[in-house]
Amino acid sequence: MSSEKLVMMANQIGRFFVPQRGVDPAAAIATHLRKFWDPRMRAAIVAHLEKGGEGLDEPVRQAVLRLKEDRA
Amino acid sequence: MSLVPEIDFGTPASRATEQVALTIDGQTVTVPAGTSIMRAAMDAGIQVPKLCATDSVEAFGSCRLCLVEISGRAGTPASCTTPVAADMVVSTQTEKLKKIRKGVMELYISDHPLDCLTCAANGDCGLQDMAGAVGLREVRYGYEGESHTKQEKDESNPYFTFDPAKCIVCSRCVRACEEVQGTFALTIQGRGFDSKVSPGASSDDFLSSECVSCGACVQACPTATLSEKSLIEIGQPEHSVVTTCGYCGVGCSFKAEMRGEELVRMVPWKEGKANRGHSCVKGRFAWGYAHHRERVLKPMIRDSIDQPWREVSWDEAIGRVASEFRRLQEKHGRLAIGGITSSRCTNEETYVMQKLIRGGFGNNNVDTCARVCHSPTGFGLSQAFGTSAGTQDFDSVEQSDVILVIGANPTDAHPVFASRLKKRLRQGARLIVIDPRRIDLVRMPHVEADYHLPLRPGTNAAVMNALAYTIVTEGLANERFVREFCDRDAFEYWAAFVSEPQNSPEAVGLMAGVDPETIRGAARLYATGGNAAIYYGLGVTEHSQGTTTVMAIANLAMVTGNLGRPGVGVNPLRGQNNVQGACDMGSFPHELTGYRHISDDATREMFEKMWGRSLDAEPGLRIPNMFDAAIEGTFKGLYVQGEDILQSDPNTAHVVQALSAMECVVVQDLFLNETANYAHVFLPGSSFLEKDGTFTNAERRINRVRRVMTPRSGMADWEITLAIARAMGFEMLYRHPSEIMDEIAALTPTFAGVSYDLLDRVGSVQWPCNGKAPLGTPVMHVGGFARGKGNFLITEYVPTDERTGPRFPLLLTTGRILSQYNVGAQTRRTGNVVWHDQDLLEIHPHDAEQRGVRDGDWVKLDSRTGSTSLRARITDRVAPGVVYTTFHHPETQANVVTTEFSDWATNCPEYKVTAVQVSPSNGPGDWQKEYAEQARHSRRVAAE
Repeated sequence: MSSEKLVMMANQIGRFFVPQRGVDPAAAIATHLRKFWDPRMRAAIVAHLEKGGEGLDEPVRQAVLRLKEDRA
Repeated sequence: MSLVPEIDFGTPASRATEQVALTIDGQTVTVPAGTSIMRAAMDAGIQVPKLCATDSVEAFGSCRLCLVEISGRAGTPASCTTPVAADMVVSTQTEKLKKIRKGVMELYISDHPLDCLTCAANGDCGLQDMAGAVGLREVRYGYEGESHTKQEKDESNPYFTFDPAKCIVCSRCVRACEEVQGTFALTIQGRGFDSKVSPGASSDDFLSSECVSCGACVQACPTATLSEKSLIEIGQPEHSVVTTCGYCGVGCSFKAEMRGEELVRMVPWKEGKANRGHSCVKGRFAWGYAHHRERVLKPMIRDSIDQPWREVSWDEAIGRVASEFRRLQEKHGRLAIGGITSSRCTNEETYVMQKLIRGGFGNNNVDTCARVCHSPTGFGLSQAFGTSAGTQDFDSVEQSDVILVIGANPTDAHPVFASRLKKRLRQGARLIVIDPRRIDLVRMPHVEADYHLPLRPGTNAAVMNALAYTIVTEGLANERFVREFCDRDAFEYWAAFVSEPQNSPEAVGLMAGVDPETIRGAARLYATGGNAAIYYGLGVTEHSQGTTTVMAIANLAMVTGNLGRPGVGVNPLRGQNNVQGACDMGSFPHELTGYRHISDDATREMFEKMWGRSLDAEPGLRIPNMFDAAIEGTFKGLYVQGEDILQSDPNTAHVVQALSAMECVVVQDLFLNETANYAHVFLPGSSFLEKDGTFTNAERRINRVRRVMTPRSGMADWEITLAIARAMGFEMLYRHPSEIMDEIAALTPTFAGVSYDLLDRVGSVQWPCNGKAPLGTPVMHVGGFARGKGNFLITEYVPTDERTGPRFPLLLTTGRILSQYNVGAQTRRTGNVVWHDQDLLEIHPHDAEQRGVRDGDWVKLDSRTGSTSLRARITDRVAPGVVYTTFHHPETQANVVTTEFSDWATNCPEYKVTAVQVSPSNGPGDWQKEYAEQARHSRRVAAE
């Protein structure tokens, strides 16, 4: 899948969770991605991160790092 | 079989709680205060003769046939307009009354054509019945009176005729149009003997008038004056079956009146709890598609989309599906195939479809068309309240004092509910409309919104925050409700957020194009006007912040305490008949039935045990993700049931590319729809008239759908899915859809009490229906939220990435109109095309003038995604800078121009905001011509 589209979608998710009360944004974003993104989409965004993660907002980058840890 | 009996009590029921006892013809009768004598008599089984009275409209007292005598009172009052009184003694049959009634009937009959044997109402005529009831044996005035037979019939409406010769001027049609439908299209023109029913001005006929063809007048007519054309052609029905409409999410109950297996007419069922005896033009009349000549009745296959279709046996078609899907999984992996369930199919059909995918395909690549409409509702409301559904029943609107409609156009998309809403507004409820267009509700006969917020498309979340700002900063919050039922910390955090300056009406109004004082006024009215209810539609959900706005709506209801009782609540108006049910039935890739996540081990194990299959714990692909995966090359096979994704999903070129990239597309539908142009197997589906099952409407009401005719293709839709499962080695053993529902109930706590037996006994129930609520739950969250405490979420406004600019300076928003439904596959194949035979582009006069566009001109609509051409309609219903069209016609393909931007949480497409340019055009564009040719080529069927 297009990295550009996945980055845009992930950043959209990030923009919702960052201002929420009492949540670790990276954890909340990662949970949302685990619950709603099919494994190949998660694999694709992890692969994008491994190539430098261009365009990922910081909390989203942290969330994708957690997805990467899931796969370890 | 026989006709389902319905008793006409003559006048509406009284809602008084005080009971009154009286005597009628020697019987003691006890009824609520305010009940008419006519109704009280009928309660006791005494039928007082009547012509102008019927219980769907208020008493009128004009026919003078229902007269009674009351001890101690002078005269012979009309029983329809005279309320009961304690200890009243009434006689309905005396020598005096008999004489008067005969005299009245003589006058009626002297002026009526006596062609009963050839009359369409023969056997079902109120006048005929009353002549019999009063013992009419002669007409002293003769039969040569003015019978108006030379007056021309009005046959302009495609579905019913108006024959003035048969009219007795009882005004039932006029009153039904006013009181039931709320359109006020009919009137009585002239006086005395010249009185006649007239649609609109004298130059109007029914078609050119404001009549919306709801059928209420036809239903109310006691003679053959207003008759369905199908009844005139076929004759009186001999049996009827109660079933549920297959169109919008209101879920109206109808009696399908039959002669053998031929449908004579659909008549709204008075006992239907969603529609209370009313209907709209679609459900009442637009069912002819079931027998349209383009209906495909045999399975077909082809090796590639360039080839013509080849009709084959069911065995060969099913075998092809199974072998292709297995081949694709062997070659490309388990996750390479999936399916899309339909919101037009029953709960049972949807359930077995997702079961096939999860248990038979071995993955969770199942999604539903709710993805592209109300998926944000499910997620948003579950986060706020704990339940993925609306909070009320439709009856609730009768107790509302303030009604806020946002992003919905009920008079077009949910017309039967709209009639109930308008009735409440005529009784004095106040109205707030938040919509970029001046929809009909903003101002129409006897309805005018107190506030219309014509916001710029894409600013819903900001405007909802501005309403909340006003409520919080002006001290209008319902502290008691928040303290008792909501998470206090979440509230305080949220209250601080919405009180920030960027959420003020002044800041938001500037950006959203709405007067700040209008925002403040609307907020004050919503917060302080009494019972306040919010109704919303796809104008909320189909945005990049669809879920955020649903949460903002929930916040607004919680902060004002407008939840947990009749008259209030958060009410999503679902687009299709079974959107709610499709979501309930586990159609989303991440959820099993009852909204339980697939990763939940306990839930998954329960299903695994019942199904005898191990299930994947990972979420599957959503529809847009399926398209992307297909283009990427990892998704190769798709089973689509009852959806036309090519026409309904955004960025048509992208969908074409995705479908073209797949090796096996299976379409199960009534017609060779647009998606079928890219399919390899076509499985002929069943119309709702051929289905047995249940639909769940927008108020969570589970209604029975009953088969009134044999599936024309020979197989019911659920049987087709079972056959595919069997061919793929996954046996599902059901003898009847009721057994599927039994399994759903066994696996789903909110459906635990649901069975066909219960539905047949009580009519319908609203989930949750279980041990705690054996007869269902009309109003949710009474005395507390399903999730415990109500959760205020931060709903920060994030502008969409879709932006206007010099190349694309206008914003396009899309929607529906009354006479057409969704992609139009059904309604385009009915008489409804007389009202809407093409999609039109609404454009403001200012924008049209700038571009040299005149009303009716062809215009080219360009976006960053694509281009299409259609005719322009110049109107100030849209604001300058905004254009609007519908997506009902494949010749236009409005989704050629919409984008793949989507809701952050659910991927629901952002249909409602597309930056476009409009320019004059000579006619359909190149793409449209090429598409039409491709479609024609693709629909060829090889000769046997």
